[in-house]
Amino acid sequence: MKVIISNQSELPIYAQIREQIKEQILNGQIEEGTILPSIRKLAKEVGVSVITTTRAYNDLEKEGYITSVQGKGSIVLPKDNEVMKERYLMRIEEGVMTAIHTAQYIGMEEEEFHNLVSSLWKEMEE
Amino acid sequence: MNALEVKGLCKNYKEFQLKDVSFCLPKGFVMGYIGENGAGKTTTLNLITHLCHQDAGMVSIGGITYEEDTRRYLESIGFIGDESYFPGTFRLKDVKAVCKMMYSSFQEDKFDQMVENWKLPAKTRIANYSRGMKVKLMFASVLSRDTSILILDEATNGLDPVMRAEVIEMLQEYIMDGEHSILFSTHVLDDLEQIADYIVFIHRGEILLNQTKEELLESYVMVRGDVADLNEGRRRKMIGMIQGAYGFEGLLRSRDAEGFGSMFAIEPADIDHIMLHYIKNGGKENACR
Repeated sequence: MKVIISNQSELPIYAQIREQIKEQILNGQIEEGTILPSIRKLAKEVGVSVITTTRAYNDLEKEGYITSVQGKGSIVLPKDNEVMKERYLMRIEEGVMTAIHTAQYIGMEEEEFHNLVSSLWKEMEE
Repeated sequence: MNALEVKGLCKNYKEFQLKDVSFCLPKGFVMGYIGENGAGKTTTLNLITHLCHQDAGMVSIGGITYEEDTRRYLESIGFIGDESYFPGTFRLKDVKAVCKMMYSSFQEDKFDQMVENWKLPAKTRIANYSRGMKVKLMFASVLSRDTSILILDEATNGLDPVMRAEVIEMLQEYIMDGEHSILFSTHVLDDLEQIADYIVFIHRGEILLNQTKEELLESYVMVRGDVADLNEGRRRKMIGMIQGAYGFEGLLRSRDAEGFGSMFAIEPADIDHIMLHYIKNGGKENACR
């Protein structure tokens, strides 16, 4: 897990922490079932206040990325969890939408687009 | 549970009054006590550490007052001042002897360990220690016994960045277990602020603001622009406007920022600016005329 705080950012520190952890969960850098560092440990490592990290974790929990288990800490929810599935789907949609936009902009046919996706898919699997 | 509770604290001096100061620090958290020079920070801290007596009000640490259990009260406080409180003629062994005598929980080996880690010279008199060494010595004397709250009075003033970073790390280590708390005072933009959970702002002996740092930073924004673009309504919303030859700068409540258009630069406020503009505004909540 990586957390890098910028003082130049428009986002408040707790939101920076939240967004960075969220991004790493969604792109698989932080795997499902990972136990996140405790609120106090994270505060110390990043050099911020305890309330700041508490707020970041509370947000992540509210938004359905992590769950806190008594005595264990904050755990990243599994990929097949309803809410998490939704998040991943949204992320896929966003990516595909960008691709479709570009495809339409250069006048690509739908079928051509499908073919491109299939061939890339196969390539990735190999 | 509160690590520290201050209620209705008053102290009258000839030319300065501390008026009805109240705040609570929950266990496991860090509070920054801020204000300009002479605002009453040290007076408050001296009343908490019982270097002087209050005229009214009460202070409790971990639920007990000085009057209830003086020894326990004093032993639970670790105090670090802006200058060394050890006599200049002392050497390391004298400091150790005094700590041993005064505090039942003092651990000699822990003290020796810290002194060795920080390479504090044994034969030099404290008077000849550098500022950084004196601070380290105070930390060693305090961290080598069982305390529940650290009280720092401008303790990082005049320390170099390396030493400041070390102090911050030490403090964060101290509160790691959630059982220990910290109250620190400062009057300068301070890197200590980054670890503060709560901010209490004192001005002319009275508490002006008392909030979590997150709330405080979210409640205000800075606005800068051309005075010509300010109408009466906008002017009234501003807290402590500072006018320069080429424009103005003011503090705004975040919710008031909408009334300012794109000709103004609006950005997050830091604690220093919030403090500065409040003081410019005569320490009043209300915006200027």
